[in-house]
Amino acid sequence: MFKKQYESHETVSIIFEGKKLDVEKGLTVASALLVSGNTVFRSSVVSGEPRGPYCMMGVCFECLIEIDGIPNQRACMIPVRDAMKIKRQQKNKE
Amino acid sequence: MNSIRVKKFDYIIIGAGPAGMAAAITARAHGLSVLVLDEQPSAGGQIFRNIETLEATRKSEFSKLGQEYESGSSLVRRFKKCGADYFPDRSVWQIDNNLQIHHVSASASKSNSAISHCQAKRLLIAVGAMERPMPLPGWTIPGVMPCTAADVLYKSSGFIPDGEVVLAGSGPLLLLIGCRLLDVGVHVSAFLDTSMNGALLKALPLLPKALRSHKYLIRGLSLLWKIRKAGIPIYSGIQNIEALGSSKLEKVRISKSGKFFDVKADLLLLHNGVVPNVQITRNLGCEHRWYDVQRYWEPIVDDWGNTSVDDVSIAGDCGRVAGAAISQVSGHLAALETVFQLGVISQAERDKLSQPHHIELARHNHVRPFLDKLFQPGKKWLIPENDKTLACRCEEVKVSEIRETVRMGIKDPDRLKSMTRCGMGYCQARMCGLTVSEIIAEENKVSPEEIGYFRVRSPIRPVTLGQVAEID
Repeated sequence: MFKKQYESHETVSIIFEGKKLDVEKGLTVASALLVSGNTVFRSSVVSGEPRGPYCMMGVCFECLIEIDGIPNQRACMIPVRDAMKIKRQQKNKE
Repeated sequence: MNSIRVKKFDYIIIGAGPAGMAAAITARAHGLSVLVLDEQPSAGGQIFRNIETLEATRKSEFSKLGQEYESGSSLVRRFKKCGADYFPDRSVWQIDNNLQIHHVSASASKSNSAISHCQAKRLLIAVGAMERPMPLPGWTIPGVMPCTAADVLYKSSGFIPDGEVVLAGSGPLLLLIGCRLLDVGVHVSAFLDTSMNGALLKALPLLPKALRSHKYLIRGLSLLWKIRKAGIPIYSGIQNIEALGSSKLEKVRISKSGKFFDVKADLLLLHNGVVPNVQITRNLGCEHRWYDVQRYWEPIVDDWGNTSVDDVSIAGDCGRVAGAAISQVSGHLAALETVFQLGVISQAERDKLSQPHHIELARHNHVRPFLDKLFQPGKKWLIPENDKTLACRCEEVKVSEIRETVRMGIKDPDRLKSMTRCGMGYCQARMCGLTVSEIIAEENKVSPEEIGYFRVRSPIRPVTLGQVAEID
């Protein structure tokens, strides 16, 4: 959906759904996942339909995701940190 | 339990965009103690997002963003040097009647989730605008985004859309962002123009006045020309747009003159104008009115941005949407009023100092009525014709459910909310509020002015019980 225009110079490693991803330092969790080709962040709490980032500026709360065990975090507002563990939020797990 | 430690300031400004920064600079020039709280990690607001880092590290992208963006650097530099306390990454979640403000880290994690408090003699709300949600079938599928999301990813991360991009909507911002995408070599496979048929004719009587600010008009025309010259198929007179796909957008279905056709798409960027972010002014109980031309709510203010609530004023696009230049002017004016109200300058001094800003404001205001009329949002894109469309993304409430509830005699948005759960989700009705007012008004054949809006309660931002429990 989105791509980089140049190579990253400084990276951090995050773990998304148990898989290690090397991403550029300074990105938000939402940007880092999107550019790695991950578009689904959670399933809707009502129908279970897949959802991903929408507004990218903290307004819509679509990009809610579990970070280091804490659910419902706005991925578009949180910068990536080394060894951060990120998981999709699934409806049936609530 | 610890008692709350409250730091006091003459002037607290919420928002570090053009309006908030300008207000801080002026207030500091007159010696006020100023605190600026902003939700984003760096100063500039959405328009000058990430400007310091871009200028320092990615010169080529910085210059590609154009003159208006570049003009933001000197403003940010002056702001950073003005002596105001500036806290980025802070979400305001409650404001008490005595202007005590409670805020929490926007990027909250275990380590920095504590709540902080501060108190102002006067408060400025400069939280800017957001894109008007454009509900259409399939708009919750990953890969459908408002066009500013692409702008955010470009400015903050240097990312550009990959694959086939479809642009849909109307408004100057869509043209601007569309042109930027073309500049960086993005493949735009279709431009779906949803502007109202005949809008140009309706706007023409306002043109002579607008010509006095011809700079804007020339810029607008050159953007349109660029999109046409690029040979992108432009579709107008569209009846319906539908996004299709399951876990990812696959195509966009367009209906025109009773016929359907599909366009393959990896990203659908929507835009139906920009609306003030009224969550805080609503929460504070400021009076609002319905601006019918652009179909949004705006706080009622005087020439200095004062709202109906004592010592609370606004500046920038969280009032009448007018762009970065006017936002700065309104920021300076609101700050001069505060400097006067706090007894630092006389009324005569305030009037004298504000004169150049009033002149600037008048100049910019020549073109605005024309643009507002020209880019009036079409009704079709305010209330989806397809009743199965989700109005509320969080609680998945369909347009049809809202209509049915209204037909049971429910006119009040808050009663509708308790019956349907529409507006009860995480976004706190930021995404469905306008649509709900529009639907109730349409069903009752009245203006949304008569219907009103959801009551916005605290917390303005979701906070955890644990965070609240830390307060004495």
